[in-house]
Order: sequence, then structure tokens, then C-alpha cells
Amino acid sequence: MSFVPLTPAEAAAMLARVGVSSVDDLFEVIPAAVRFPALDLPPGQSELTVSREVRGLAAQDRPTGELACFLGAGAYHHYIPSAVGALANRAEFATSYTPYQPEISQGTLQATFEFQSLVCDLFELDVANASVYDGATALAEAVLMAERLTRRERVVLAGSVHPEYRSVVETYVAERGTELVLGEVAATDGALREADVAALLDERTACCVVQQPSFFGGIADFSALRQACDRVGALLVMVCNPIALGLLKSPGAWGADIAVAEGQPLGVPMSFGGPWVGLMATRERYVRQMPGRIVGAARDAQGRRGYVLTLQAREQHIRREKATSNVCTNEALLALHATIYLSLLGPTGLRQVAENCYQYAHYAAAQIARLPGYAVLTPEPYFHEFVVRCPLPPEELNRRLLADGILGGLPLGRFFPELADCALLCCTEMNTRAEIDKLVAALAAA
Amino acid sequence: MTPEDRRYSSEHEWARVDGGEVVVGITDFAQNQLGDVVYVELPRVGDQVKQMKVMGVIESVKAASDLYSPVTGEVVAVNDAAVAEPQAINDSPYDRGWLIRVRPDSLDELNGLMSAQEYDLHVSDRGAEE
Repeated sequence: MSFVPLTPAEAAAMLARVGVSSVDDLFEVIPAAVRFPALDLPPGQSELTVSREVRGLAAQDRPTGELACFLGAGAYHHYIPSAVGALANRAEFATSYTPYQPEISQGTLQATFEFQSLVCDLFELDVANASVYDGATALAEAVLMAERLTRRERVVLAGSVHPEYRSVVETYVAERGTELVLGEVAATDGALREADVAALLDERTACCVVQQPSFFGGIADFSALRQACDRVGALLVMVCNPIALGLLKSPGAWGADIAVAEGQPLGVPMSFGGPWVGLMATRERYVRQMPGRIVGAARDAQGRRGYVLTLQAREQHIRREKATSNVCTNEALLALHATIYLSLLGPTGLRQVAENCYQYAHYAAAQIARLPGYAVLTPEPYFHEFVVRCPLPPEELNRRLLADGILGGLPLGRFFPELADCALLCCTEMNTRAEIDKLVAALAAA
Repeated sequence: MTPEDRRYSSEHEWARVDGGEVVVGITDFAQNQLGDVVYVELPRVGDQVKQMKVMGVIESVKAASDLYSPVTGEVVAVNDAAVAEPQAINDSPYDRGWLIRVRPDSLDELNGLMSAQEYDLHVSDRGAEE
């Protein structure tokens, strides 16, 4: 058998079959300007020269470890205990790719089983998968799952949902005929106004998506919304911050049907935005429509405990185009980070981290609110993020703060033009009181 | 053995006329090939099904297969008992294990399906090939 993947004769046969005369003709449909963009690269250099060049570039980076970081908005600066890296980077875990005979890798499967169990505990839901790509795609998958479960094609996204998550959902459903209804929320509301979202629901609605804490940091009560969903037969999908769950009522307790979260805060470095890990859980009766791999505990022929991949008929190697998802990426190594992180902290430790985040944020907000020209718009209750109206453009403010070694909040104008003079600030357990006082002094001086 | 009061599709579904409506299920051969059925996904009441188009999924401990409707029409009933306890499809494929009841656009469509005798032959040919 020949292992040459494509012989000239085969290429010619394929081109003839699709009715073009050359490979160039095949790509004719792609606009010429983007087909072969000119790459203006210098000639080859020695390893030493390149390494010097790249070190120079790296030195321009301002890592969060050297700054006082008040930036959040979906990526959070938390402490990562050294045991996380020490264990996760062991070669047995770090170098393995998806095992093609998964059951031979009992260690990997056990770690994934523990991960799923921890996600279930955190969300207080019945079943979790082995993780998906990240928080935003976990939400998009949850929306598709709700459409399959209800056989409806209308989706309500509350204004509390991260604008980038909303974009990812829009991309996922763009060609599916899904009717997306985007709720609105004012920064001054903090969390969503439940009644406004409930008013968007109707009998064609597959699901209602809310985020807790909201993009603006606010914490909402979902009891009335849960009832509103029940009245029209819509599912309730919640996007959560896993750290906040150390303190807040779980999605399961709110009656959510599907819960998703970005797992980055659980021991995963921010790494310029990824790779991260998507957490996803649901009720047992919905498990067959959940995407992703699922590890189950079983017994072998001798009665010993073992782990298996289960419910695989949902997946693309069996169901092909009818699979629950055709995204192949599972973030096993980062799910392992989250597993080790949660195991180290336990419920008490997680609550302590969450309380520190909450207290630092509320201390910072109280100090900033006293400054002339500044206003904190997010009302109570909120978790560890809040919106601040600034006396000068937030982008300019951030340049001045950076000069003082402070990473400021997210300027909100890029998502909400009406909030062009506002920034979203975040505090975590990484901030110290001294750092916050320094921020407040720098804001006062700006 | 194979009931003669109904018609059969090449995809191993049966269709039995009952008071102007058509009851649909899978054959004994099909359930036997699948093994223990653990899950069945069916259309909902009010859905339209089309002859030889996918109407649902049946999953056993060893395979997942599409279900094809043997008839075109509107679903008027679904066997919720079989959805809740799919073992009924193994135990009683021609009776308690029925899947859906359809109000057909035209009963003539069933003429294109096989008789019990033709289906038995179809299945034994298939057996010979394997």
C-alpha cells in the first residue's frame, strides 16, 4: 500500500471530477487579494539572532504578575497554587493526546471523571461532560442543545450575558435559521431586570440565557424567570463564574436546565486568552442531547472499579453529521488544572477566595465612589466587578494608570457606545489593600 | 412468524393500517440485530413524517441507527411507554413496542412496501450476504 497521500494522477482525476482544469482554478472563487497575501518577511536568521529578537519582543509584555491588575471582564487574575502545575505538567498527563483506545488510559479517564464530579458539585446539577473548548463555545453548545431538546428555534439572550459570548452564539446559529432575541440591560441595572427578560419569552422560545454574575458584575434573583420559562416550556440556561459559586446560589438551585462556565479562573493561566476550558452540566434527563465526551465509572469482568467513555452514540465517530456536536476539542489538560485547583481548595477554600474577591471589590468601589468626578454605576448586590463612570476617557485613564504599574479596567465603549466614559473594574484575591489604595490615589490624581 | 396484517420497508420498519391511520414500528429482525434497545428518539405529535425519510433514532447497547418512516403523513400519537421503557421494543416489536401512529396522506403509499413473505425473503437474502 502506498502512503503517498495525493499522486498527480489522483489530483488530476479529482479536478476533472469537479470540473476544473487546475488547482489554481479551484481557488479562483477566493478573492485574489486574500488568496496569496504577500508576507513581508526578512531572510532567514540564525537561532541566536531570532532568539534575541523574540526575547526583545517578550520584554515589551507587561505580565499581570508585575502589575496591580484590575482588569477582568471574562478573564480573571487568580492565584494558581504551585501544585496545579507540578501535577498537571507530569509527562503522563501533559504529553498525552486523546487516547484512541481511551479505556487503556485509566489515569486520564479517572481524572476526567473527578473533573465531571466536581463540576456537578459546583453547579448542583446531575451530569457534566469532560469539558468543551471554552466558556463562550460552551454557551453556544448549550443553545444548540436547548434547540434540540425543545425542537424550537427561538433563543433569548439576556443583556446580562457577556457581549463576546453573545457574538459567539450569533456565529454558531448564523446559518441555522435560529431567531436570536437580544435583551438589553443598562449598566446602572447591574444585573438583569427579570421582568424585562421574562417579557421576551414566548411559546416558540427554546431557551432563555442569563449570566450570573452579569457582565457588569450584578447578582440577580432568577425565581420569577424560572417560572416564566416553565409557563412557555423554555429551558433556562445559566452562564456562571465558577469562583462566584463558592459564595452564590448554584445554577441547579435556581432551577437551571443547563449551566456553563469558563473554567479559566480555576487554576488556568490567562495566557493571552486561551487555551481555556468550558464547563458544562445539565439534568440527567437531558444527557443524550449534551455534546462532548462523558466518562462513566464501571466495573470490569473481575469486579474492579474502572472508567469508560459512555453514551458515545451522541458523538460524531458514531452519529457522524447527526452528532450532538462536531467540535472535537476537549480541554483535558486544562480540565485537569481545574480538577486539581478545586481539590486543593475544597468548598471552604473556594468560599474564601470568593469572599476575598467580593470584599476587595466592595472596598475598592466604596473608595472610588468618594472620588470627585467618579461614580460607581453598578448597584448592590454585585460580586467582584463593577462599572465606574470616569471623568476622562477610560482609554486615556488606563494609559496613565499603566505608567504607575496599574492595569486598569475594561473601557466599555467598544461594546456599549453609551458607556464610552465607563470602565468595568475587577478585584480578586490577588489584589491587596495597598494596591487598591494605590489605584484610588492614581485615579484621584488622573 | 412475521405478521401478515402489515407492510414492511427495506429499512426494517413495519406499517399497519388501523382505522384509516397507520401504526409504525420496527421488525423482530431489526430488534434482534440491534440487541438491547436503551434509547429511542421519536417525532412529536403534530410533526410531519415522510416515507423513507429519517423520523428518529434508535440506540442499543451496541449501535445507533436512524429510524425511517414507512409512510408520509402527520404523527397523531407516540408510544410514550416505549420511550420510557425501550425494552418493550425488544420484547414485543409488533405489538407493545410500536413507535408512532400516523394519519397518512395516502394509504396507496403502502403498496410500495413489502408483504410479510417478501420481507422474510429480503431478510434471508441479507442474512445470506452476511
